[in-house]
Amino acid sequence: MKGFDALLFGEELRYSEDHEWVSTSGETFQVGVSDYAQDQMGDIVYVELPEVGQTFAKGEQFGTLESVKAVSELYLPVGGEIVSVNPALADSPEQINSDPYGSWLVTIKPSDPEELERLLSVAAYRQLLQG
Amino acid sequence: MSGTVEANGMIQEEPLLWEKGSRGRQGMSIPAADVPPVELPAELCGAGPDFPDLSEVDVVRHYTRLSAWNYGVDSGLYPLGSCTMKYNPKINERLAATPELAAAHPLLADSEVQGCLELMYGLQEGLAAITGLPGVSLQPAAGAQGELTGMLIFAAWHRSRGSRRNKILIPDTAHGTNPASAALCGFRPVPIASGPDGILTTEAVAAVMDDETVGIMITNPNTLGLFETNIREIAEVVHARGGLVYGDGANMNAVMGVVNPALCGVDVMHLNLHKTFSTPHGGGGPGAGPVCVTAELSRFLPVPRVVRAGNGYRLDEDCPDSVGRVHAFHGNFSVLVRAYGYVLSMGAAFLKRASQLAVLNAAYLKESLKESLPLAYPRPCMHECVFSDGWLHEHNITTLDLAKRLIDYGYHPPTIYFPLVVPGAIMIEPTETESQQDLDRFIAVLKQIVAEARNNPELLRQAPTRAKLGRLDETRAARQPCLCG
Repeated sequence: MKGFDALLFGEELRYSEDHEWVSTSGETFQVGVSDYAQDQMGDIVYVELPEVGQTFAKGEQFGTLESVKAVSELYLPVGGEIVSVNPALADSPEQINSDPYGSWLVTIKPSDPEELERLLSVAAYRQLLQG
Repeated sequence: MSGTVEANGMIQEEPLLWEKGSRGRQGMSIPAADVPPVELPAELCGAGPDFPDLSEVDVVRHYTRLSAWNYGVDSGLYPLGSCTMKYNPKINERLAATPELAAAHPLLADSEVQGCLELMYGLQEGLAAITGLPGVSLQPAAGAQGELTGMLIFAAWHRSRGSRRNKILIPDTAHGTNPASAALCGFRPVPIASGPDGILTTEAVAAVMDDETVGIMITNPNTLGLFETNIREIAEVVHARGGLVYGDGANMNAVMGVVNPALCGVDVMHLNLHKTFSTPHGGGGPGAGPVCVTAELSRFLPVPRVVRAGNGYRLDEDCPDSVGRVHAFHGNFSVLVRAYGYVLSMGAAFLKRASQLAVLNAAYLKESLKESLPLAYPRPCMHECVFSDGWLHEHNITTLDLAKRLIDYGYHPPTIYFPLVVPGAIMIEPTETESQQDLDRFIAVLKQIVAEARNNPELLRQAPTRAKLGRLDETRAARQPCLCG
């Protein structure tokens, strides 16, 4: 497991308290899990993602990550409709371990883009992890 | 440290069955057909399955060699927390193998199996006395099926009152199968976080208990090995809002004869006969998860149930409110035989003593190790104690490394990374089986491994090195499982 100093952060990203990150590109948001999350989970062996077109409220479970240690729920940090899911993860879930910020899980069309502002900044997320 | 299992010349290598034998080799000779051959329809013909060609001795040696690699409770300490891997007295195996019981056909008329029915009735009575809950069904085949049966009873009770509810409260320290069992029954699990001491607070339950909620599922002692001391107040809160309380009895080994679940406010509870009541488990073999309920809920229990009829017993199917059958015939009958033998041979006094010793052993381990490994919750434990990976981080050692190193010292590792609320959890349940000498040796080994983690962490990272095989690639096994021969 990584020490705090070894953890990677995306400086432009927003974070949820459940260790998911959100990036924006135009009208859609991408969602993934943080380096801390993948490091805690260990080797990820299976990713279960929703269907395109499904809608979830903020905080609702939209999928699961299965690692050699446990199954973890994924909670959507911003409510919205699933526009696409990362097709590469079905065959190579290990990408999430090797490149957590490059391995987006889903792209959503947010129902309320303002919700982004209520997520943690990278500074606030660092503080959360340092407790 | 002595007692480790070193590979030696008598520990056989053994290939897969598909890699053994040779074309045309057979295990038996089939006599020549004495009837004329009949052509099969073409759609039933094909290449056939890929079975290896083996002789009888090939197969016997294969499985005998594999069995020699096995590690079980009969070989040594098996401290898998939350699993209660305790020793199962051999007399109960012998009872279960009694031909009159083992060979009784389940379709025999009641009058011809009075002994079997009496045994089931007696076990129902015994489990009712242990839980304080008078209605018992022996049918469920395992703990999770007991949970599902309990949830069906929750649903039937609410339906009988005309109440339509769909939420179920489940603490984060409940057994992992609870949410799945409730969801199978159409309920939506609502998680509740345990309090700072690792136990559930009455306030947390009161905050979410409402008129949409069927009740709560509580594992007590919980998966942190802690007793839910607020259980009575929590049950009052749930009952006051028209809900029921489910007690997951998987950890009953800690409290037999000490805690009366009915007096704690539990309405429905399952017991794991394959943990607490003398059936070997861990190999996926048959278990049993009888469900015990209050008198009020008895009419919803699965059918048939064994009832008294004059001087004898009969199976009663006439229960219009029953949730129905949950298992064919009488459940896993041989497991019931073992449990009844265990309950009768122990008696009330020694069942209680078994629980007391199980708790004493866990407390002894906890106190002996708390300076070496960080305790998850520094408070009195019940039948198991949970440590976190705390300082292991500083040495870049994981819980998995520590567990693997235990194999080098001849021990099955404890449960790790569960419960999820503890980072890098190491969950040890010694059970009442172990003597103080056995515990002292295990404690000495763990302390030695802790010292190694500080002084020579590579020993842990490379472990196991003294086992038949080294560190297995669990990730690859999960990502690219090879499921054929």
